[in-house]
Amino acid sequence: MTSSTIKSHISIKDLNMHYGKNHALKNISINIPDKKLTAIIGPSGCGKTTLLKTFNRLIENVDGTNITGEVLVDGENIYGKNADVTNIRKKMGLLNQRPTPLPMSIYDNIAFGMSIHGIKQKGVLNEKVEHFLRVASLWDEVKDRLHSPAARLSIGQQQRLCLARGLAVEPEIILGDEPTSALDPISTKHIEQKFVELKEQYTIVMVTHILRQARRIADYVIFMYLGEIIEHGPTEMVLGNPQHQLTKDYVGGAIS
Amino acid sequence: MKKRKIEELIFNIIMRVSAFIIFGSLIAISATILIKGVPAMNLDMITKTPSGGFFLGKEGGILNAIIGSFYLSVGATIFALMICIPVVIYINVYASENSKIVHYTRLSLDILYGIPSIVFGAFGFVLMLFLGMHVSLLAGMITVGLLIIPIIARTMDEVMRQVPVELKEASYSLGATKWETASKVLLKQALPGLATASLLGLGRAIGDAASVMFTTGFTDNIPHSLQDPAATLPLAIFFQLSSPIAEVRDRAYAAALILTVIIFAISLISRILIKRFSKNTL
Ligand SMILES: Nc1ncnc2c1ncn2[C@@H]1O[C@H](COP(=O)(O)OP(=O)(O)OP(=O)(O)O)[C@@H](O)[C@H]1O
Ligand SMILES: [Mg+2]
Repeated sequence: MTSSTIKSHISIKDLNMHYGKNHALKNISINIPDKKLTAIIGPSGCGKTTLLKTFNRLIENVDGTNITGEVLVDGENIYGKNADVTNIRKKMGLLNQRPTPLPMSIYDNIAFGMSIHGIKQKGVLNEKVEHFLRVASLWDEVKDRLHSPAARLSIGQQQRLCLARGLAVEPEIILGDEPTSALDPISTKHIEQKFVELKEQYTIVMVTHILRQARRIADYVIFMYLGEIIEHGPTEMVLGNPQHQLTKDYVGGAIS
Repeated sequence: MKKRKIEELIFNIIMRVSAFIIFGSLIAISATILIKGVPAMNLDMITKTPSGGFFLGKEGGILNAIIGSFYLSVGATIFALMICIPVVIYINVYASENSKIVHYTRLSLDILYGIPSIVFGAFGFVLMLFLGMHVSLLAGMITVGLLIIPIIARTMDEVMRQVPVELKEASYSLGATKWETASKVLLKQALPGLATASLLGLGRAIGDAASVMFTTGFTDNIPHSLQDPAATLPLAIFFQLSSPIAEVRDRAYAAALILTVIIFAISLISRILIKRFSKNTL
């Protein structure tokens, strides 16, 4: 390894994924850099969500999927025989397109993940709930109603709650599937700012449809088309000076 | 132009008439029960067991049937839930959506759902003899439990299928196991629907006559153990209606009134529960 090699956190080798007969991911090989924000872009249906879900094995809950190849996280193949799926998932926080608060109070949303992983003492939980709500910049808005249902929060607040909830299980990686697409501009800004702060400590992979968003916050960009990675590299390269014709067309707005 | 207006008018009338028939039959049933039942109603009806026999007796009440029906339907519902909840969790969380076992479980539930309760009664009777049991509360609970399993399980299944996949994924992505996801997240999300399903089963259990006829029997006494036979409200109505004595026949309507009030209360309670449980769900 030369000194210019970027340390990679997730390393994918010859990954192929089928939904039944639909070859959704084709020969994906890529390294996701450690403690950087990587954006996955590409037209609708190209496999961005699918690729993201292979990182934490959520994909295997979909019927009729068939996966070959390797996904190494911290050097361990998560599809290996001895891999423990709950441990793998615990390493990665997930933000969905629409926020998905659990059917419980704000407090319990954060405490749930910690308590299933063995943290039960009330004092520790209280402290951590406050801490992670602060990290997600939600504490001041909810500190007086921690025990009211999370479903009553605004959509933007719910998404920050989901972020806090994900961080509370102390992951190393944050996955976002168009995490701002359901949000208003101000909430979007909140989440973007958070991501920029968080990438100091976490590896972040985010699917986005919005090229401007990728330009604003991503360090690296992966461009996908029909299940393949067409081009990837530092943001200013892929978006500023694309090499491949398809990337040029996409960045130029000719395909969307 | 004209034709379309007439079309519109005709369908409007048909729809209004249909709506009226539904509403009207509710009114007519309630009115019949009230008009015939209220005069025969008195405090003894709900506080005493019959004196002089359920068939001929004009005195006493139907406390035996009220309590019998209560025990029977609650027992049957608990028995049914013990089977329905694991099945529903299995086919919605553990098994994969397109697997054969899920397909055949759902198919079986659909078929069972369509089987008339008298067939369950006949089956329960055979099962009872096979197990060397007598006509009893327990035999009735099992038979009625089997009758309401498809009702409860299908409704619960519908409810569980509506829980968004993203919620499941959110729980999994926190490192939760399938069991933690099912018990702490999905069941909670589906709770209003699950409560409704249970009460639907309870309502059916309390109102069915054919399945208890040969399995639970009938008696003037309040049952004291699961081995005792028990009276039930539908059969109390049945026997009183077939009495040669007019006064006893009138008492059937009072019994029907009591049964209807109970069922009405169950659906009221289920509405209140739904409201209360829904506060946490999306
Ligand atoms: N559950 C599924 N079963 C079968 N095929 C699926 C399933 N989910 C996705 N696909 C198919 O896999 C391909 C990739 O879908 P995917 O959702 O990953 O695209 P995407 O890039 O995230 O699109 P979008 O930008 O619209 O979210 C598509 O052809 C899609 O139809
Ligand atoms: Mg997608």
